[in-house]
Amino acid sequence: MSFFKRLKESVSRTTSSVTEKFKNGLSKTSASLAGAMSSVFSRNKIDEELYEELEDILISADVGVDTTMEIVDRLRVEVKERKLKDPEELKPLLSEILVDMLKGEGDEAGMNQNPDGLTVILFVGVNGVGKTTTIGKLAHHYKEEGKKVMLAAGDTFRAGAIEQLEIWGDRVGVDVIRHQEGSDPAAVIYDGIQAARSRGADILLCDTAGRLQNKVNLMEELKKVHRVIGREVADAPHESLLVLDATTGQNALQQAKIFKEATNITGIVLTKMDGTAKGGIALAIRRELNVPVKWIGLGEKMDDLQPFNAEQFVHALFAKEVEKETGGA
Amino acid sequence: MAFEGLSERLQSALAKLKGKGKVSEADVKAAMREVRLALLEADVNYKVVKDFVSKVRERAVGQEVLKSLTPGQQVIKVVNEELTQLMGGAQSKLELTSKPSVIMMVGLQGAGKTTTTGKLGRYLKKQNRRPLLVAGDVYRPAAIRQLEVLGEQVELPVFSMGDQESPVTIAEKGVAEAKDQDYDTVLIDTAGRLHIDETMMEELKAIKEKVEPDETLLVVDAMTGQDAVNVAESFNRELGLTGVILTKLDGDTRGGAALSVRSVTDCPVKFSGMGEKVDALEPFHPERMASRILGMGDVLTLIEKAQASVDQEKAKDLERRMRKQQFTFDDFLEQMDQVRNMGPLDEVLGMMPGMGQMKGMKNLQVDEKQLTRVEAIIRSMTREEKQQPDIINASRRKRIAAGSGTTVQDVNRLIKQFMDMKKMMKQFTSMSKGKKKKGFGKFKFPFMP
Repeated sequence: MSFFKRLKESVSRTTSSVTEKFKNGLSKTSASLAGAMSSVFSRNKIDEELYEELEDILISADVGVDTTMEIVDRLRVEVKERKLKDPEELKPLLSEILVDMLKGEGDEAGMNQNPDGLTVILFVGVNGVGKTTTIGKLAHHYKEEGKKVMLAAGDTFRAGAIEQLEIWGDRVGVDVIRHQEGSDPAAVIYDGIQAARSRGADILLCDTAGRLQNKVNLMEELKKVHRVIGREVADAPHESLLVLDATTGQNALQQAKIFKEATNITGIVLTKMDGTAKGGIALAIRRELNVPVKWIGLGEKMDDLQPFNAEQFVHALFAKEVEKETGGA
Repeated sequence: MAFEGLSERLQSALAKLKGKGKVSEADVKAAMREVRLALLEADVNYKVVKDFVSKVRERAVGQEVLKSLTPGQQVIKVVNEELTQLMGGAQSKLELTSKPSVIMMVGLQGAGKTTTTGKLGRYLKKQNRRPLLVAGDVYRPAAIRQLEVLGEQVELPVFSMGDQESPVTIAEKGVAEAKDQDYDTVLIDTAGRLHIDETMMEELKAIKEKVEPDETLLVVDAMTGQDAVNVAESFNRELGLTGVILTKLDGDTRGGAALSVRSVTDCPVKFSGMGEKVDALEPFHPERMASRILGMGDVLTLIEKAQASVDQEKAKDLERRMRKQQFTFDDFLEQMDQVRNMGPLDEVLGMMPGMGQMKGMKNLQVDEKQLTRVEAIIRSMTREEKQQPDIINASRRKRIAAGSGTTVQDVNRLIKQFMDMKKMMKQFTSMSKGKKKKGFGKFKFPFMP
């Protein structure tokens, strides 16, 4: 069975509304990729020029030089082994490699939850990636699942950040624990944990101020927040998520590296994928740091934040090709 | 520091050229491969990179380099010139002619428009303008509140009509308000939006038609990757940009987006955001940025910073006192303050040329806490002790240590450093009289480990 057929089968096991969300959200990304890809795959033979063109496409998707080289090398090896001649045959092969890389060695990227008691999720990242918005949307997601959710307004630095989270709290209908602007974020999170416990919440989502990873003092502050959470709740935070703007270039790798050192990040939330950005840096992060993407932002609506699924993702990127080969959607 | 990675890559690529007397075509080819990789890793768009590399190669392989006496320098010069060229040649300023002048801020979500609006307002106020900030982001929760808080911080009025009015109306009324109240500059904050969101882009066009801005500035995150060209192209096509502001350049991103945006829009980068504080906005200097990429240090910025923060009168007075050997702990304290006013110390040191290459300097963390400790020690001295450090005996040292919450060893160390410094100054002053002396290497700032 061809890879596209398998991909389609695996994808069709999930609900069609999720598939639609991926397809619609990634339509811009997919459209611009598809154009470039079709020019590669419509060449008449597999040669150096083809590989070079493919390299350019991957680099233009922010995959990065090293990861691009690895992908193309894997492609070369497979082409030799399978004795492929037709560039058309590269398409399923490439998507297979991409799915494989995105999945990494770990399991499919589920969320770690505390089965009996409070689950604490910490959100970290640089400025302007969409941490607060992501928390609002995730609060909505978990509330829909019937969980009791609370938010802790740990961004005490940016003007208006606390109010922004409170507005989300109102919208979704969950409690927000807050202090004054400028207060110690670790203290806010501490209070959040105490309040979540006494009110019997299932999930506490902790916001933090955006910070550039090269600001040593701010990273120390974040370490303190992380320590306080670990001290108050055993095995917490259950997830430490790095929120990453999909338009970010190679600096994202540095972000992941340093935030991982500081707060042991367990996953990535890839936001703003509904633009033309390709988010290829996620591949590099998976490859170099083995941190999986766990959520993906596919639009501005509350339910546009979806659990990440490598097959859905690649399926959507190659939407046209899959349809062509397997006949209809 | 921005661009550090790129400058390292370029330097290691070009170092291979430096040592040789003559450069062969093969050398240039190898170097250009490195340049290409370095630029790609710096997020410069791959098409822009292609053009750049072929241009440099053309110029480098030609007569110009091969016949010159120091080929390595020539190549660096060519790369530098082309890089500067690509970033837009000379520094470019805001063109504010109308009364009131209107500036419109546009960009993707999270680029830093609201923060930059506050910073730019403050900057223009310092230039003796009377800016009015207009809160036009009615979509993001609490965006208006954010601008209001920023307005308070920079002491500027904010015009807002809540989040129920259309941004077009708000912008129009904001400009009318400015006319009424005699404000000469209007800065309109707008909501972040995707460049492909047609409805939202129409809204910006409508605002632009109504208020006819002097400047339409695209705010771009310096960490943006390859997509920067698509974003900039769309905004420019739809709105006709007049300039770009690059934000978050105080991060460790290589900032290749600056090159990409410039080359696809042909719009100059006018400012760069260099930190979270409201004064962290600087005019963008393309030629300095190019020098920085090549590791020549940003000496010019450093000099400018020093000029702005050091009080000239005080400096002259200090110089006179130094010459007369009357340097006291009071002067020392004042000097420390002035250095601190220039900005975070690691930033200041980072701008010095060569610092990037010095061993151990790369990850130098200047201990600001150490500075605070030094300050505490000096502040625990009596007036007499500050003026005449010689009188500080053992029991005084004990008292000072107790008063400043430090140890006697700390106090001893500081006094010794102070005395060394005084000696140094003696040497400096005699040096300026024509004698040359060694011993500069022993000189240590009190905040260095």
